[in-house]
Amino acid sequence: MDGTRNVFATKAGIIVVGVLIGILAALLQKLGNPGNMGICVACFDRDITGAVGMHRAELVQYLRPEILGFVLGSFGAALIFREFKPRGGSAPLARFVLGMTAMIGALVFLGCPWRTLLRLAGGDGNALLGLAGLVVGVWIGTLFFKQGYSLGRSGKQSYGTGFLMPLLIAGLLLLRLIYSPVAGQAQSGVLFYSLKGPGAAYAPLAVSLGIGLLVGFLAQRSRFCTMGALRDLILFKQWHLFSGFLALLAAALLTNLVVGQFHPGFEKQPVAHTQALWNFAGMLVAGLSFALAGGCPGRQLFMSGEGDADAGVFVFGMIVGAAFSHNFGLASSPTGIGPHGVAAVVVSLFFCLVIGLSNIERARA
Amino acid sequence: MSDIVDARGLSCPQPVLLAMAKMKSKASGEIEVIVDNQVSRENVSRAARSQGWEVRDEQREGDDTHLMLTR
Repeated sequence: MDGTRNVFATKAGIIVVGVLIGILAALLQKLGNPGNMGICVACFDRDITGAVGMHRAELVQYLRPEILGFVLGSFGAALIFREFKPRGGSAPLARFVLGMTAMIGALVFLGCPWRTLLRLAGGDGNALLGLAGLVVGVWIGTLFFKQGYSLGRSGKQSYGTGFLMPLLIAGLLLLRLIYSPVAGQAQSGVLFYSLKGPGAAYAPLAVSLGIGLLVGFLAQRSRFCTMGALRDLILFKQWHLFSGFLALLAAALLTNLVVGQFHPGFEKQPVAHTQALWNFAGMLVAGLSFALAGGCPGRQLFMSGEGDADAGVFVFGMIVGAAFSHNFGLASSPTGIGPHGVAAVVVSLFFCLVIGLSNIERARA
Repeated sequence: MSDIVDARGLSCPQPVLLAMAKMKSKASGEIEVIVDNQVSRENVSRAARSQGWEVRDEQREGDDTHLMLTR
């Protein structure tokens, strides 16, 4: 049998998926999600962190259904196509810390790679610096891989372990259904909600969840990964995933032009700041973290739905990273970087380098 | 038998990196790559074809797939 019989894993398949994500993300903005943030895995994980009270930044608390849909959609696709494989045990603590550094870096820039593209597609020039940082971060990651960097092999896990992530996510969805937002109230049951700011901007539940499920399903089939797109291009000169990356950007840009969401410039862009160096450096740290961990934040969610416990550990690292970011003033805001944003970038970069340098197999042997 | 690449349990991009290194070290001949998931199978096959190698998908053994690359 042919190794590429999966239609979504063909060139046309990955482009179609990129186009769909681009259009749907831009439409989510039209339907209520924050500006240039139709889908942002870092921001949305951060909002979920706030919704469960692990940080109390009032403007960014919402249990984003898109994220839940990503994991459950991927879980469904993996089950249907018999790709659900419980696995794990490849340097979990290193992956957890990389999740933290990825999130801390992303929140200095204010976006994951998906949002970097969506910000560009909305005309936000600051995202050019973020994209440059992402490329350089991934490039540094490829240097580690060329030297023999590896977090080691994963092994088979029990089905119970594989089901943990989908089960936890289903539990969060249940909470979201039980404790729906109440107009004018910052709390509903155990969940926290924002009354203003990005956390108060969201599309209707059914739309967010439906699009999340669809994207999760398609991304599982196509292996869509924004970090992998850059990595494979740099490492192997391979355009496969990168064509999906470009498709997302082009589709979001066209959709924004059609629905009037394209506003070129650097100043006053939605949920963005103009400190070029830190937009670059934040995303460099995030890009390096994604590369060392083997997937962008979206891809980590999809893999966690397929039973990859290591990806699940990375996701929880991101959640804890988000809590640190907002509890300790590491995260940026539209007024600029946080009081400890510079320290956050430096410390995160240090941890990435420790993990990178200490896991080069040639040196270890 | 140095022409077997065991990529089981490794995540992207390592299966492709290992297979590529082996392909570069041999101008022609046969290389067997063992993978244990569909993603690595797709990625290694795609990379091998792009390098002008032919890919034959061997029978599966449990979760493992043995890919035979020839040129």
